[in-house]
Amino acid sequence: MPSWIVDLFSNFWVSLGGKLLLVALMIPLVGMAIGFAEMKLSAKMQYRIGPYFAGGRWGWAQLIADGVKFFQKEDIIPEEADRPVFKAAPILVLVGTVALLVVIPFGPSLIFRDLDVGVFYALAISSLSTIGILMAGWSSANKYSLIGGLRAAGQLIAYELPLVLAVVGSVILAGTMSLQGIVEAQIEAGYPYLIFQAVGFAIFMIATLAELTRIPFDMPIAESELVMGYLTEYSGFRFLFFFLAEFANMFTMSAIAASLFLGGYWLPGIPQDVLEFAGPVILLGKVFLLVFAMIWFRWTFPRFREDQLQTLAWKWLVPLALVNIAVTATLKVVL
Amino acid sequence: MSDNGNRTLPGLGMVKGLGVTLSAMFKTLFLPGKYLATVNYPKVKEVPVPRARGVIALDQEACTVCMLCARNCPDWCIYIEGHKEEIPPEKPGGRVKVRAKLDRFDIDYALCMYCGICVEVCPFDALFWSPEYEYSEVHMGEMMHDMDRLQDWMATVPEQPALEK
Repeated sequence: MPSWIVDLFSNFWVSLGGKLLLVALMIPLVGMAIGFAEMKLSAKMQYRIGPYFAGGRWGWAQLIADGVKFFQKEDIIPEEADRPVFKAAPILVLVGTVALLVVIPFGPSLIFRDLDVGVFYALAISSLSTIGILMAGWSSANKYSLIGGLRAAGQLIAYELPLVLAVVGSVILAGTMSLQGIVEAQIEAGYPYLIFQAVGFAIFMIATLAELTRIPFDMPIAESELVMGYLTEYSGFRFLFFFLAEFANMFTMSAIAASLFLGGYWLPGIPQDVLEFAGPVILLGKVFLLVFAMIWFRWTFPRFREDQLQTLAWKWLVPLALVNIAVTATLKVVL
Repeated sequence: MSDNGNRTLPGLGMVKGLGVTLSAMFKTLFLPGKYLATVNYPKVKEVPVPRARGVIALDQEACTVCMLCARNCPDWCIYIEGHKEEIPPEKPGGRVKVRAKLDRFDIDYALCMYCGICVEVCPFDALFWSPEYEYSEVHMGEMMHDMDRLQDWMATVPEQPALEK
């Protein structure tokens, strides 16, 4: 790389601006890509064509058209609503998603900031969106919204625990909480942690689905009962924020799962210097595999009942995750 | 444990379900001609079955302004006005014939719920189902079809299919 580029990007403000721009572009791009994949894949799974009109071929511009449509819509705030809270909620949800991008390693040196407590930070910041959802439900002055928000809170608290516990196995194996460190430990070990942490991975993915409130865990927005749950009163670009946050969250959570269990940006047999450039592509490949699985589950399974949901979390996932931790820790010490 | 005779592995049904959606996806992706259930609508059009309830056509000549359809319409979406016309006797000294003449026969398709009661109730076979379906409008008021437009739909009414055995 020419030295003037290196000099330019070593300037704090330039690099900060560059990173901000990258994140600001990534969220809508990734959100639209996943949203479009969901539209098309769901159509194929139901013997339909899916969007095909916008943009000419395959309807590739459908999500752009949808975005433009959202911006044209009136920004409705209910009269009884708690205005500042109502306005802040979608922003808070999106911030929780954007902040997750900070610790995701896209390559050996391609990471916004390698925190020593990366995993801890990721899980802590991802519960920020829970508060956003609860705020949205509470401030809408609508019973559907309130019930949806409270269901979301109950569900997210229940699944936060298995999510955290499932990660501990990988952390024990790697001996570090930095996501970059965990990926490097997997490279050093020569295998992805999926091999010994299959249970942890399964629990993490189930809990992630619940955290994203996606089908089969979509009790908070259950359309047939709650209209749209905490989203009922939102319209226009505020709704778009929630929408983008959901899809971008699928991306970030999948990227974290890929880094923790699937070796992140690494594939066996690729030398370190190639990883610098191939890393992001490899990570994206793994992320889209996981995202595909999420879409696949969504269009296959029906919704859980509230009690089944809680039973699954407290009676199955939490004990299983605890056993997983105990076994992993024992094996780590013994072997 | 409930004894329903054929218990299998727990979770097997979920795996089967995943298989169903995945195979559906590959089928539609690679053999769309064979498996696709929908068509690329404005470019490709589906041919409705002959008995499809698309739009109601009116045969003005057959109508006797008896108002049965308007009175039986659950939505009150049929508007009929008429008057009596005197037809002079054919032979001098004969009787003057009276004939009902339609002035207005409108169906408001914005209200119509396609129940078909008007078609069933018509004693003179003046109303028919046509499978035509492309008559959406930008403004709701234009969904009111007048008697001439309803008469035009007659051209699209298919031959009555033979009775099923």
